[in-house]
Amino acid sequence: MGKIALKDIYLPETATAVAIRQLTPTEKCFEFKLDSGKSLGHMPGQFAEISLFGIGEAPISISSPPHGEPTFEMGIRQVGSLTGALHRLSVGDKIGVRGPYGTTFPVTTAMKGKDILFVCAGIGMIPLRSAIKYVLSHRKEYGKIHILSGTRTPAFRLFSDELEQWGKVDGVRLLETVDQPDDGWKGNVGVITTLFSKISFDPKNTVALIVGPPVMYKFALLELRKLEMSYANVYVSLERKMKCGVGKCGHCQINGLYACQDGPVFRYSDIAETREAI
Amino acid sequence: MLKVLDTAELGTWVEAIIKAHDVIGIQARADKFDFGPLAKVQDLRLDYDVSLNAPKRFFLLPDEKLFTFKKDEAKSAQAAEPFVLFGVHPYDLIALRQLDKLFEMDNPDVHYLSRRAKAIVVAVDVQKPSAHVFAGCLGFEHVEDSYDILLTKIGNEYLADAATAAGEKLIALGKGFTKADDTHLAARKKIWDENKQALRRHELKPNKAQITAQLEKSYDHKIWKEKARLCFSCGSCNLVCPTCYCFDVADRLNWDLASGERVRTWDGCMLEDFATVAGPHNFRNQREARYRHRYYRKGKYVPDKIGEFSCVGCGRCIGACVTHIANPVEVYNAIMEA
Ligand SMILES: Cc1cc2nc3c(=O)[nH]c(=O)nc-3n(C[C@H](O)[C@H](O)[C@H](O)COP(=O)(O)OP(=O)(O)OC[C@H]3O[C@@H](n4cnc5c(N)ncnc54)[C@H](O)[C@@H]3O)c2cc1C
Ligand code: SF4
Ligand code: SF4
Ligand code: FES
Repeated sequence: MGKIALKDIYLPETATAVAIRQLTPTEKCFEFKLDSGKSLGHMPGQFAEISLFGIGEAPISISSPPHGEPTFEMGIRQVGSLTGALHRLSVGDKIGVRGPYGTTFPVTTAMKGKDILFVCAGIGMIPLRSAIKYVLSHRKEYGKIHILSGTRTPAFRLFSDELEQWGKVDGVRLLETVDQPDDGWKGNVGVITTLFSKISFDPKNTVALIVGPPVMYKFALLELRKLEMSYANVYVSLERKMKCGVGKCGHCQINGLYACQDGPVFRYSDIAETREAI
Repeated sequence: MLKVLDTAELGTWVEAIIKAHDVIGIQARADKFDFGPLAKVQDLRLDYDVSLNAPKRFFLLPDEKLFTFKKDEAKSAQAAEPFVLFGVHPYDLIALRQLDKLFEMDNPDVHYLSRRAKAIVVAVDVQKPSAHVFAGCLGFEHVEDSYDILLTKIGNEYLADAATAAGEKLIALGKGFTKADDTHLAARKKIWDENKQALRRHELKPNKAQITAQLEKSYDHKIWKEKARLCFSCGSCNLVCPTCYCFDVADRLNWDLASGERVRTWDGCMLEDFATVAGPHNFRNQREARYRHRYYRKGKYVPDKIGEFSCVGCGRCIGACVTHIANPVEVYNAIMEA
């Protein structure tokens, strides 16, 4: 056998929680700071493996845009043992971090100079927020921007304070909907695809980024097709079970593709024929 | 370096190796065979048919510590000890060669690779074909690289082909090795040719490239549903397979609730919850989807990744499946018939 690699790809570095805020009844936003003082070095769309020693590890999207600082943000939904324990963290507590891993939204390539359509369904807002904030901070490099956001109920709106700010930026159109309204809700009601008929965009000059629960993709893609959007201009981020994040454990396979390496962000035209994808 | 050793001298040589090294050797387990620590030369059974477990388990441990932690500090666990693996069949060595590529590529896996780097592998050409082996159909009945020493029994002699410095050192431990000549190489070639025919207990009709190409258009073939109907997702076919390497990762906490270790354990794509995420949502909910995935992985996905067909024809899965549905030869023959 040849030379031995010295780096242990499974060994996390440590980071400290520097800010924690409740976003919804089930989601919290965490700001972590790498103890090394280095920046995580991610681009929008990537994820990191987050651990608590003794409990486990899970892939979590990086929700903040890259900014060269050692801090980064994550929005985490409480669904099980690790995410539950993360929700019990206090400022000053430590976590393990490996990454960043995976592919990125094409913010510096295919999206440049184009109109952008963000379709954020439920928890899909978390990874898309990184791209949205990146695009808004490089506003001049892109055309018109549509942000569509849909949640189950108004209580589950993620980053609602920021949403309002985004909507005020020049050339940005923000549309929200909820599946079930509450008494105070005055906005749209219905699934996210009902928002498509409320906007007009040039399908030839638009790049769409869609992220949401598995069931949403089929419907959203069908709508975009009806609007004559080419799948080559559509990017999705796919969730799969992931145990390593580095192309070894086999859990994340989508037919022959590895969601952790070939994804999580895919250009939809590349996977439209991949049977297990959507 | 090519040498020959009289079979009567083999024992003394292996004894010398056992004295100098930790040796994992092939030996009898009731009426079957398996690899294990070799205490005495009498236990070594180079005439075995197939080992119960594939030798991958000495490199990708079934239960393996990745790192230890104490509160917030983690320390990589890499304490691989050198050892000699004695008696690996060619098809199993080819499987290891594939795992080497897979663990090396993109993000090298130091745990697997350091064990591999420290092991000296003595391969042996098959003397007695097992009940289900079909490696001959795939050209995996013999191997020409990736070993430190290859032993081939030719009549009353063993031809020992040392391909590395470590192999040559092992041979230097023996007495009675003599020079080999062209007749030995010709005899080995003859044995390889014979094994190509003998290691065909099942007849695979298409060749490797044809299978990979045919899988491109076999996703909806009826065979998946037909076979998977009888699959109870036990994962035995994954467990025994020399090229299956999927794993799970989990933490084990000590009694002090502060220290512990992160471990990886073998996992299998045939197990029901292999692709289940929080929700719960299972991305391969149907048995047939899991069953198909396994044959695609061997016949297409891994070959597309490393350029080598990833079923080596050991036949272990055929024997391991209680409902007799795990025969790759039946599956790959069937997809050729549209
Ligand atoms: C690329 C990527 C990015 C992600 N980004 C984010 C993100 O930004 N924010 C976020 O909150 N999440 C994200 N996730 C999802 C996140 O990784 C999971 O929610 C997390 O792994 C759950 O871990 P846990 O230990 O808390 O849950 P677990 O305790 O493992 O399980 C939680 C629940 O899931 C179900 N479940 C899990 N395993 C099984 C099983 N084997 N059988 C049956 N049911 C099962 C059960 O209902 C269980 O209660 C992302 C996932 C991926 C792949
Ligand atoms: S051994 Fe047979 S029954 Fe068990 S998972 Fe494999 S194919 Fe299914
Ligand atoms: S699929 Fe079966 S025959 Fe092929 S290598 Fe694996 S266990 Fe052996
Ligand atoms: S998460 Fe392990 S291979 Fe992708």
